Amino acid sequence: MAFLKKVGFFWGGIVVSLVIFAVVQFLLSNGTLDLFYENTLVYMAINIILAVSLHLIIGITGQFSIGHAGFLAVGAYASAIITMKLELPFPLALLVGGIVAALAGFVIGFPSLRLRGDYLAIATLGFGEIVRIAFLNVDYVGGASGMMVEHFTTWPWVFGCMLVTILVILNFTRSTHGRACISIREDETAADAMGINTTYYKVLAFMIGAFFAGVAGGLFAHNFYIIQPSNFGFLKSFDILIFVVLGGLGSLSGAVISAILLTVISAFLQDYPETRMIIYSLVLIIVMLYRPRGLMGTKEITSLFSRKKKSKGGAKDGQSETVA
Amino acid sequence: MEYVQQLVNGISVGSIYALIALGYTMVYGIVKLINFAHGDVFMVGSFVGFYSITVLHLPFVAALLVSMVVCAIFGMLIERIAYKPLRNATRIAALITAIGVSLLIEYGFIYVRGAQLEAYPRDVLPDFKINLFGAEIESQAILILGVSIALMILLQFIVHKTKMGKSMRAVSYDAEAAQLMGINVNRTISYTFAIGSALAGAAGVIFGVYYTKIEPLMGIIPGLKAFVAAVLGGIGILPGAMVGGLLLGVIESFVSAIGFSLWRDGAAFIVLILILVFMPSGLFGKNRREKV
Amino acid sequence: MLSIEDVQVFYGNIRALEGVSLHVKQGEIVTLIGANGAGKSTLLKTVSGLLKPKKGRVLLEGKEIGGKAAQLIVKKGISHVPEGRRVFANMTVEENLQLGAYLRKDKEGLKQDYEKVYSLFPRLLERLKQQAGTLSGGEQQMLAMGRALMAKPRLLLLDEPSMGLAPLLVKTIFRIIEEINQAGTTILLVEQNAHLALSIAQRAYVMETGRIVLSGTSDELTSSDQVKMAYLGGH
Repeated sequence: MAFLKKVGFFWGGIVVSLVIFAVVQFLLSNGTLDLFYENTLVYMAINIILAVSLHLIIGITGQFSIGHAGFLAVGAYASAIITMKLELPFPLALLVGGIVAALAGFVIGFPSLRLRGDYLAIATLGFGEIVRIAFLNVDYVGGASGMMVEHFTTWPWVFGCMLVTILVILNFTRSTHGRACISIREDETAADAMGINTTYYKVLAFMIGAFFAGVAGGLFAHNFYIIQPSNFGFLKSFDILIFVVLGGLGSLSGAVISAILLTVISAFLQDYPETRMIIYSLVLIIVMLYRPRGLMGTKEITSLFSRKKKSKGGAKDGQSETVA
Repeated sequence: MEYVQQLVNGISVGSIYALIALGYTMVYGIVKLINFAHGDVFMVGSFVGFYSITVLHLPFVAALLVSMVVCAIFGMLIERIAYKPLRNATRIAALITAIGVSLLIEYGFIYVRGAQLEAYPRDVLPDFKINLFGAEIESQAILILGVSIALMILLQFIVHKTKMGKSMRAVSYDAEAAQLMGINVNRTISYTFAIGSALAGAAGVIFGVYYTKIEPLMGIIPGLKAFVAAVLGGIGILPGAMVGGLLLGVIESFVSAIGFSLWRDGAAFIVLILILVFMPSGLFGKNRREKV
Repeated sequence: MLSIEDVQVFYGNIRALEGVSLHVKQGEIVTLIGANGAGKSTLLKTVSGLLKPKKGRVLLEGKEIGGKAAQLIVKKGISHVPEGRRVFANMTVEENLQLGAYLRKDKEGLKQDYEKVYSLFPRLLERLKQQAGTLSGGEQQMLAMGRALMAKPRLLLLDEPSMGLAPLLVKTIFRIIEEINQAGTTILLVEQNAHLALSIAQRAYVMETGRIVLSGTSDELTSSDQVKMAYLGGH
C-alpha cells in the first residue's frame, strides 16, 4: 500500500508538472504570456533549481553554506566559455557548467570537513567572494565589464533542467545516502559513531548541490545576454539562502514554494529594489522570530494530503515526512 | 620607501578593521552570534559623525563622541529587538536573523535617505604631512592610529578593571555560573553590544575622515573583513582582534603594493579560509576540541 | 528557613522532579543523597533559580522565590556552588572572588569576608594572582566555595563538593564545610558519597528518580537497612 502510494505521488507529480509545462508552453507560443511573463517563468525555474540544490546542502545535510552564488558564477562562466569561446553546443555547456561547479563544490567541501556552523558559513561566504573577485580579475572573461553571452535559454530547457534537478535530489534524499546525510544534519558526532562516512557524504552533498547550481548558472548566463561578476555577489547568495530558510530547512517543497513566491514578488518589485530588500529582510527576521523552522518546517507538501489517512494508518508515513 | 608608505597605509586601514573586529569578537564571545549587522552600525556611525560635523558644526572629537553614543544605543536596540528573543534558538536561526537585520538597516537607510555618496569635510582636522624614512605620512593616518590606540587602551581598562568588564568576561566564559554570582546576564549582554557598537561608530567617523567618501552600503565589506580579522586573531579574544585587524590591513596593503591591487579584497577571504582550515582557533586562540 | 513544596520541574517534556517536598531549618546541615540522575542537582538549580518549577513552591523564610531569576535569588541570600565547580578559568583567583562579591556594596564587610575566606582557604591567598584554570581540582573546589561565600549567603547550596578529589582533600573540604556551618551558614549539601555526607549532616533526604523516597535524621538513615544496602556499600 505504502509503496503504491509513493509511486502514486511520484507519477502524479510528473503528470502534474508535465501538464503545467504544456499549458505554459501553449500560452507562450500563442502569445498570451508576453516577454515579461516568460522571463519571470524562466527566472522562477532557475531559482527553483538554485533553491533545491542549496536545500540539499543546508536542509538535508545541515552544512550551513552561504556562498551558493559562487557555484552559480562558476557554472555561468564555464558554460559561457563553452558556447562563446569554444563555440560548442548549449547542452554541453550546461553539463560542463555543472561539472566545473561540482569540482568547485569538491574544493569548498573540504573546509567543511573541519568547520561547523557559523565558521563554515563564513568560510563559504568567503569562497563566494573569492570566486567573484577571481572573475573580476580574469581578462579572458571580460573582467568587471563582463562577458557577452548569446540567448539560448528557453522555457523547455529550464523546465527540463528544473524537473531533473528536483527528481535527482528527491531520489537522493530518499535513498540510504540521503538518510546518511540527514543523520549528519541531526547529529554529526553520532552519525560518525554509527559508522557513517561523514566526510564522504558532506563532500558529496556539496558536489551534487554545486553541480545543479552550476547548471542553473549555465541557464542564467544564456538568459541574460551578459554576465558580470557583480551578478554573483553575496546578495545573490542571500537570495538563494532566503528561499531555503523561508520554505523550511529540510523541506524540498518548501524551498520550491518560497522560490516561486519570492520570484513573483521580486518581479513585481523590480523597479523598487530597496522596497524589495526591506520586505525580504523583514520577512526573514519575522519568520526566524516566530517560525524559526521556516514555513513548512521539515514537512513536505505531500504530507498535507496524506495527513487524514495517517491518523488511522500508522506511523510509516511519518518517515517520509522527515526524510524528504 | 614605497614599503614604509604601504606599511603606514596598512596600519591605518588595519586599525579601522581592528576597531570593528573588537565589537564582533566581544559579541561573539558572549552570545556566540556573528552579528552581521555590526558593519552597518559602523556605517550608521559614519553618517552620524558626518551630520554632526556638517549640520551641527561640531568639532571632530565631539562628533566622534556623539557617533559613539548613538551607535551604542543603536546596538543595544538591535540586540533587544532582534537577537534577545533568539537567545535559545539554533545558531542557524540566529545567523539568518543577523543577516536579515543587516539587510534591513542597509536598505531601510537607503529608503529613507537615498543611496547617494557623501563627502566628509577634509578640514575637520589639521592637514599636514610628516616625513618618516622617506615616506610621507598624512596627519590623518596619525590621527587614526592615535584614536584607535586610545580606544583600545580604554577598552582593555574597562574589560579588565571595571565591574562591568569583569561581568562581561564572566558571562562570556560561563553564563550560568555568572548568574549564580548575581550577574544580570541580559544587562551584561546589552552592555557588550553597547561597547562594541560604540567602537564601530568611532571606526565609522575615523573612516569618513580618512577616506572622505561614505555611502549606505559602505559597512558590508569592512564589516566582513573585520570579521576575518577577528577570526584571524582568535574569535572572542580582544588582543587577537586588534592584532588580527592590523595584520589584515598590512597584508592587504602589501598585496596591492606588489601589483595585485584588484585582488586586495580577495586577500582577506583567502586569509580567512586558510586560517579556518589550518588554524581554526586563530593566532591567539587555544585549540579546543569539541566535547562530545 | 527553606521549604520546598511539591515542586515539579521539566526538561522539555521530561519530568525531572515529580513533586518534591523538603525543608531546611536555620543553622542545619541537610544532605540530599541518591544515585546519578535522581534529580539532586536539578533540585539545587531550582532553588537557586537556574531552573523554573512548573508546579509547587519554593519558599525562603516564608517568601516565594520559585521561578525568580537567579541573580535575584543570590541577593536574597542563597549561594550555589554548582557541580563541577564552574570557576571562571580565564580569570585570576582574586577576580573570581571579586565576582562572588558582585552584589556587595559594604566595603568594610567585604574586607572582613575576604579575610574570612583566606583563613578558611589559605591556599587561595597563596594563588591570588594565578589563573583559576591552572589550579588543581581541590583548589578549584575551594575557590568555588570561597567565591560563593563572598556573597555572604545565609543558605549555601553545595553540589558534589567531593567529586573527583583525592580522599585526603575530601576530608579537608568536609571539615571546612562544617566550619562554615558553625560560623552560622545553613547548608544544603548534595553528595554521592553518602557515608561522608551523613557524617556531617543533621538530617538527610534520599532521592530516587525525581522523588524523595526516605528522610530522617542522619543517625536514622545511617542505620536504615535500605540506605545501607543502596548507598553505604551494604555493611
